[in-house]
Amino acid sequence: MATHMTQSSQPAVHGLIAEFDNPNALVAATAKAHRDGYRKMDAYSPYPIEELRHALGAPASRLPVIVFIGGLIGAAAGFSLESWANAVAYPLNVAGKPYISWPMFIPVTFETTVLFASLSAVVGMLALNRLPQPYHPVFNHARFSAASTDRFFLCIEARDPKFDLKRTRAFMDTLGALEVAAVEG
Amino acid sequence: MRFRQAADQLIPELAGYQRVFLMAGGLLLLVSLVGWFLNPAQFFQSYLTAYMLVLSATLGPLALGMIHQQSGGKWGVVIRSILGAASRVLPVMTALFLPIVVGMPHLYHWTHADAVAQDEILQAKSLYLNVPFFLLRALLYFAVWNALAFFLNKWTVEQDRTGDPAVAKRMERLSGGGLLVFGITVTFASFDWLMSLDPHWFSTIYGFLILGGQGLTTMALTIIALHWLSKREPMNVAVVPQYFHDLANLMLAFVILWTYFSFSQYLIIYAGNLPEEITWYTRRLDTTWINVGRFLILAHFAVPFLLLLFRRNKRVAERLVPIAAFLLVVRFIDLFWLVAPTFHERLSLSWLDIVLPLGLVAVWIGCFVWQLRGNPLLPYYDPQFAEAVPRLAVQGEGHHHQAH
Repeated sequence: MATHMTQSSQPAVHGLIAEFDNPNALVAATAKAHRDGYRKMDAYSPYPIEELRHALGAPASRLPVIVFIGGLIGAAAGFSLESWANAVAYPLNVAGKPYISWPMFIPVTFETTVLFASLSAVVGMLALNRLPQPYHPVFNHARFSAASTDRFFLCIEARDPKFDLKRTRAFMDTLGALEVAAVEG
Repeated sequence: MRFRQAADQLIPELAGYQRVFLMAGGLLLLVSLVGWFLNPAQFFQSYLTAYMLVLSATLGPLALGMIHQQSGGKWGVVIRSILGAASRVLPVMTALFLPIVVGMPHLYHWTHADAVAQDEILQAKSLYLNVPFFLLRALLYFAVWNALAFFLNKWTVEQDRTGDPAVAKRMERLSGGGLLVFGITVTFASFDWLMSLDPHWFSTIYGFLILGGQGLTTMALTIIALHWLSKREPMNVAVVPQYFHDLANLMLAFVILWTYFSFSQYLIIYAGNLPEEITWYTRRLDTTWINVGRFLILAHFAVPFLLLLFRRNKRVAERLVPIAAFLLVVRFIDLFWLVAPTFHERLSLSWLDIVLPLGLVAVWIGCFVWQLRGNPLLPYYDPQFAEAVPRLAVQGEGHHHQAH
């Protein structure tokens, strides 16, 4: 249903938000908005939807590179620690093997690789998502809490160059949403 | 629905490929018979290595099919016909085991009574390592594998004809127990046929190493076969990049699994440094054989591992297929590394090490194509068919609800 916007004199809106009751409608609406030229928008759903990333036209994530570099640092750190401990700090002859007995260092190297890679994944994910974020205007929308239970939202933001309160609303009314509303900035 | 016809109807050129591969393979095997007369010991060594490669291409798909019956997953729906056809090569593989029986005296030191008489360790092991029991076990392994392949394939045909949902349940149940029995039989078969080449030596992880290798062989050949089929009807509609991505991820998992098993074996033996264990490695690492070992670290682990980290290499079949083909060659070299150093002090390659594997692989492909021809390429009544191949499921929705 098309609700009437508050006739506020100052258009301090964050954007326009559309509510859907199923993920397919959200994906279809997002893809349509992307085709229509909107870029500064975000979609919200209670669980991850693989297709949504493509529909939003999101660029490939930089996370794999961060994780890979984290893993390499972890491998170097683990191997160096073992080498330093066994060959420099406390050289000990074990069964006539060399001090830097590399096959024995692999398990620790492997573990630190995984540790550093997974920590990079967590920290990198938070950083790329700009989290933690104490305030986000989308929460000003009263219905938005449903995004963590059973509703799906698409928000086209006012900072999009193509954004125009009237025309964008007219466009969003065609998306088959349950409701389209303005979100205060 | 056209796509439910046998592969032969949709891809008539399969018959030609079958003939070409069988003839080429037969010819190469005939040529290799010269080697049997010139150097029987070498012939059987090369035959065993090549046989283990094609056997893993037959057993691996059987196991993966059973895993898919247990796990489900859309990736397994589009490759079911490939796995089934590969597993139906098993009767031929059973017959091709006979040369190994004939070659036992050339291959297995423990079959010589005079050698055992002078060797306390072999005497102690003779309760297990003796010819009649060895043959009995081989018979048992083949009986189990053939029975599993027979029933799973028979029920697949039944499922395809009737759409009876009870068949899927039956296959799932057999696969659960089947996997357990499969794991045990393959482990013991690898002990018998490969590990006992060096009868003093033992490694409890050896069976897993062979199983992991079978998994890798399976993923590689499935990717290649699926790519070939995806150029043709009906698979051109059914196969999407996501399936190559899934299969490539599994292939990456098997690359890592093999590495994990191989390295674990090495690490434990290296750390213990016990005479009865380390000799297997000193034979390989203190000689020119070490070059093969170095090659395996790069080609069986480092290179495919790095290549398969990249999304594009997994989703674009034209990039993935060369990696898969390369891994099949590397699988052979890994088996060569297990067998050949037992018999040769220094790195050496016989012409039979090339002709025999080529011959057996060609025969295997011929048989695989032969088995592929008779059945439909897509399992219409697989419980996940509609989910896995939505574009074809819509065509016959009325029928399809029976399967749910």
